[in-house]
Amino acid sequence: MAEIKIDVKGQTCPVPLVECRKALRKAATGDVIEIEGTHPASKKEIPMAVKALGYKILSIEEEGNTWRIKICKQ
Amino acid sequence: MQAIDSKKNKATIIVHSGDMDKIYSALIIGNGALSMGMEVSLYFTFWGLQRLKKGELDKGPLSKMNMLGLGKMMIKKRMDKANVASLEKLITDFKELGGKILACDMTMEIMGVKPEDLRQDLIDDYCAVGTYIQEAMDSRMTLFI
Repeated sequence: MAEIKIDVKGQTCPVPLVECRKALRKAATGDVIEIEGTHPASKKEIPMAVKALGYKILSIEEEGNTWRIKICKQ
Repeated sequence: MQAIDSKKNKATIIVHSGDMDKIYSALIIGNGALSMGMEVSLYFTFWGLQRLKKGELDKGPLSKMNMLGLGKMMIKKRMDKANVASLEKLITDFKELGGKILACDMTMEIMGVKPEDLRQDLIDDYCAVGTYIQEAMDSRMTLFI
């Protein structure tokens, strides 16, 4: 089970969502993806996409204007 | 008539306009839908199809305030500043995420566009209105851009 990190800091719509989906497609079952970004709307839209795809959000953190979302591809 | 709940989680979008801002809309919505787990088909027709010619993807004018290209230049500058992805990246991501691109064969005939003029590597199929309707009947979302 790998942990995959994606950095989309400074990227805007739709890149954070797209990079998240690309990573989830490539990941194996059980892998954890950590995505870090600054685009405000993506902080709530990535969890929407994860839910629609049937995967699991492990945590959402925020530090200043940077958010970090951990997802498990179950 | 099909019941709504028998429809697939699919978006079918007609790309009729070749304007740069509308090509952005089509590709951003398409990528967003793919990212949220939908299937997506983009049907390029009329002015939209011109954007599938080699080297033409970002050559469309702005739909408003183009001002002979001056407005487009200003918007492009602002887009660069905001770090907006290029149309080339968006269309590459669209294909990587499994999106389908279809080219209207009637447009090709009336506008004298040959398959070799188009970026055939991007195009999944050449078709007419029947294919679109067939897919649209089966889609939860269909848009005309």
